[in-house]
Amino acid sequence: MSEPVRLNLPLDKSQLANLKAGQEVRLTGPCYTMRDAGHARALEALEHTGELPFGLAGQTLFYAGPTPAAAGRPLGSVGPTTASRMDFATPQLMQAGIAACIGKGKRNQAVIDACVENCAVYFAAVGGIAALLAKHVTASETVAWDDLGTEALRRIMLDDFPVFVAVDTAGRDLYRAIENGEDI
Amino acid sequence: MEDENMPAAQPGALTADAVADAVYRAVRRCATHLRPDVLAAMQAARKDETQPRAQSVLDCLLENARIGQEDGVPICQDTGTCWVRLEVGEELLIPGNILSGVNDAVARAYTDGRLRMSVVADALLDRTNTGDNTPAFAEIALRPGRGATLHVLLKGGGSDNASRVVMLAPGAGWEGVKKVVLDCVREKAANACPPLIVGVGVGATFDKVAGLAKHALLREVGAPAASPRAAEREAELLSAINATGIGPAALGGGATALAVHLETAPCHIAALPVAVNMGCSAMRSASIELIDWGEGK
Repeated sequence: MSEPVRLNLPLDKSQLANLKAGQEVRLTGPCYTMRDAGHARALEALEHTGELPFGLAGQTLFYAGPTPAAAGRPLGSVGPTTASRMDFATPQLMQAGIAACIGKGKRNQAVIDACVENCAVYFAAVGGIAALLAKHVTASETVAWDDLGTEALRRIMLDDFPVFVAVDTAGRDLYRAIENGEDI
Repeated sequence: MEDENMPAAQPGALTADAVADAVYRAVRRCATHLRPDVLAAMQAARKDETQPRAQSVLDCLLENARIGQEDGVPICQDTGTCWVRLEVGEELLIPGNILSGVNDAVARAYTDGRLRMSVVADALLDRTNTGDNTPAFAEIALRPGRGATLHVLLKGGGSDNASRVVMLAPGAGWEGVKKVVLDCVREKAANACPPLIVGVGVGATFDKVAGLAKHALLREVGAPAASPRAAEREAELLSAINATGIGPAALGGGATALAVHLETAPCHIAALPVAVNMGCSAMRSASIELIDWGEGK
């Protein structure tokens, strides 16, 4: 495998256009955890005000609900949840300015189209390695929706966090390519 | 499986306190320790894997298991719903509600272990997080004899969501069963965190076939199936699943599944119920003998 591409968050759109599905990427900088209940709230806020809440425009979302802080870490364990559950909201959120999202598993065609239309990227993180991934998180603070418990909106700092490009800005899809036996 | 940190089988009576204590200790241990048989199967899969990306994913999974154990942090952030099954001997006298301490044990284990609270009060009517990961999903089953075995499973949402029940017509036969399993893997494996332990139930009734598939996940990887005929079909399914090329983390490779476990049962003349319950790469379960079954268990 070739050396991973190293990118800083928030992402620069011009760099996103160069990424290709299948590439390994290491992300460093702030991103926001948001999952099922948070997506419903973000979408509601967007529909009411016409813009993303909490200055999320240009930011990267991580579909994750961490375990509580432990063992001297900012959070215990953290890893991606199934991304397709966010498909209902992702196209609108990308149109409103979300630059990228991190999750696991296949997306629907509307999300792939949204990646192309908005020069946005869907990154896949490996599921089941949450103790390891938490070592690549250096800070965590709750931004909003504390009532949701693990589903709260958190700003977390990534440090050389390992992901793969799953859907790129040209609409290439790593999961479907693998399914179809393509060498990617 | 033997584990020095698990309570040892006790002679005599079974109490609600003993069950609760075993649940507490099993939850704490399972959250941070990959099942030893799954770890061994994953190490074997790493040796056989030829694709660089899949090798790298398996290395990460093995490293993750080491970190979880050494740092005492959960191996997966989804520390699951807590599924409990108590199997008791028909000859054993059980006082009152033997499961009465389970919810309290789960609440304490999830709080003390700094595990994730992932349960909402009602699926449809009130999706408020209950805050202590209760209720547990507990059941009791009778078996011949005088022993007692407790099974505890921390079941992640992603892998349970990737599961299904299908009521086939008997004419669909083995080919139909295979298709259900392979369709489920092709469509859902990426969400279930492969390499998988695939639990397959065939038979019983609409509600009970899912239980067969879930129960199948408890069996030690590498341990023999109930019958040689079941073992042959498990091998056939495993080979077909690993021929898909989906691989670890669904990022390509050979090890889509580490094992297929099949449990079969009688059923109605009109029926061929099939259930697939996906077990993720972070399979977390413990089976504890609370009371020795003695001879002929």
